[in-house]
Amino acid sequence: MAETSRAQRRGIEPAKTDAVIPAELRDARRWFAEMVVARRFEEEAERAFRRGKIGGYLHVYTGQEAVAAGWLAELRDDDIFFTAYRDHAHALFRGTPPGAVMAELFGKATGVAKGKGGSMHLFDVPRGFYGGYGIVGGHIPLATGAAYALRYSGTDRICLCFLGDGAMNNAAFHEPLNMAGLWGRDGLCPIVYIVENNQYGMGTAVDRASAVTDLASRFEAYGVEHERADGMDFLAVRALARRAIERVRGTGRPYAVEMLTYRFAGHGAADLFQPYRSKEEIAKARGHDPIAILERRLREAGVLTEADVARIHEEATAAVAQAVRFAEESPAPGADELSTDIYA
Amino acid sequence: MPELSYRDALRTTLIEEMDRDRSVVLMGEDIGLYQGTFRVTADLLDRYGPRRVIDTPISELGFIGAAIGMAMLGLRPVVEVMTWNFSLLAMDQIVNNAAKIRYFSGGQVDVPLVIRGPNGAGVQLSAQHSQSLEALYGHIPGLRVVAPATPAEARGLLRTAIRSRDPVIFLENAALYGLKGEVPADGEFALPFGRAEVARRGRDVTVVAYSRMLHVALAASDRLSAEGIQAEVINLRTLRPLDVRTVAESVGRTHRAVVVQEQWRLFGAAAEIAASIYEQAFDQLDAPVERVTGADVPMPYARNLELLALPHEEDIIRAVKKTLYRS
Repeated sequence: MAETSRAQRRGIEPAKTDAVIPAELRDARRWFAEMVVARRFEEEAERAFRRGKIGGYLHVYTGQEAVAAGWLAELRDDDIFFTAYRDHAHALFRGTPPGAVMAELFGKATGVAKGKGGSMHLFDVPRGFYGGYGIVGGHIPLATGAAYALRYSGTDRICLCFLGDGAMNNAAFHEPLNMAGLWGRDGLCPIVYIVENNQYGMGTAVDRASAVTDLASRFEAYGVEHERADGMDFLAVRALARRAIERVRGTGRPYAVEMLTYRFAGHGAADLFQPYRSKEEIAKARGHDPIAILERRLREAGVLTEADVARIHEEATAAVAQAVRFAEESPAPGADELSTDIYA
Repeated sequence: MPELSYRDALRTTLIEEMDRDRSVVLMGEDIGLYQGTFRVTADLLDRYGPRRVIDTPISELGFIGAAIGMAMLGLRPVVEVMTWNFSLLAMDQIVNNAAKIRYFSGGQVDVPLVIRGPNGAGVQLSAQHSQSLEALYGHIPGLRVVAPATPAEARGLLRTAIRSRDPVIFLENAALYGLKGEVPADGEFALPFGRAEVARRGRDVTVVAYSRMLHVALAASDRLSAEGIQAEVINLRTLRPLDVRTVAESVGRTHRAVVVQEQWRLFGAAAEIAASIYEQAFDQLDAPVERVTGADVPMPYARNLELLALPHEEDIIRAVKKTLYRS
């Protein structure tokens, strides 16, 4: 699949004789490398934020990598997706060059949106990424309408809508979900809602914000089939994604998945003290690091060696350093860009 | 030229554009089976089927947001809000998504969306159903704001709106739906945005108006004419873009200006237009610009109070005379 070749383009080569490795694991090894790049990317972004190179808000994806990676690994090249503001890894996994993402964070002309959107509004429409959105829940109606448009136009393309647990308490969740349920009856809403339940909406734990903590069950109200699953094991996420996407593509009916995951970092770069959770809780969660889990599974399967891992980390560090350099050396947008792109 | 009602001018233009372009779809509350609250979409469900004429639940945020998503994927949704009052439920979608996606994506995606429906006061609909919201939307970069006053404008501006690549706030007026007027039959007839019309020539004072207030301004001008005062009436047609040039040129001829709006006075469209006149034509003015506006109150129910809250011909006549230092 095309996503595989993206990893190859970044120079991450297989470590073993491919013939003896099952195709799926060989591909997973490349996704392991992608996840390491995403992790390094977020670490460098946080550093750049502290250096004052990145302004505004910065929400990193550390800890949740298996979710976006697992789903985007199964998304066809002509499919589309929407997400919220914790969106860097989604762009990277879809193949947006790390330099263009970092340059956007730096507010540079070479960024994916010419420096006009910033961290929360990454877009890569040619790759089917219809945006990161900063108002919690606000993108859910867009994704629902987009799914309708795909089927209305007579294609079998589908839409993924990533959202956080916090977005489920918003009218922008409930209204379009009801419409998705209605449209799905006629096979006109090929969408998967992927709830990335990282346990906190900013600093408010799920059980303090939602009267029902089995979040998947809330889709029941709208006639949208749903399930709840572990979001930390890439191979399991990917298997689920394959099944769900195939089903949605075939039926035109919406599907929903609650992925149980965890945000290792604070809500944003300014969330330094995190008074809403304990250090012990974070340490315990870090014991289930999605990157470590995938590494272990691939090592056990014999498709990844210690030397491979070291090399993958080294290459990721180099790729991200290059992205930072590119962002730093890129020019700021020209003053003439202030008033362009407002009207067509 | 055939004569059509404002309602039929809208409806026939929808039909022409839907026949021409399959990407045009309609959405809204009770626009299909019920035939539309003001019957602008009457019979269209039968003509085009439920995939193109989509009856929605009462979920303004949900269906306006969904229409934005459809537009991003290349459809041209025309969404009916039963009245613009209900658009407040979708304010975040309109302001934070429709208006801004093109900009914050660096121009990667268009939002060719029309949201249409009646704006302004009816008769005794009271506080929640009588609002004029053009200043709210006129404030937002990324939106187009259109307010047709006649059947021909309804037709010409709706066609431009549907074919536009930008989100358009299309403000109709319930009192105008039955208004009849000559309408060009040409299926390509369109009026450009940002071009005001001189609706009546006059040398003594410029009266600026739009939507229903145009008709009030014209009626006031007729009465002034009987007193020997010739008002030039400018019909704005669109508020964003705003044709300041046509207004300023008129003021250059008359040296006096009255701006009329139905909405509340503070921070309203008339304030913006008056400020533009001061900026563009200050030296031409022989008197301060006068504003005729609705009262600064929530709309009352009682008919006598409602009449007090709305601008009338007498208010315009009084304002015109004030600019002429006559009483």
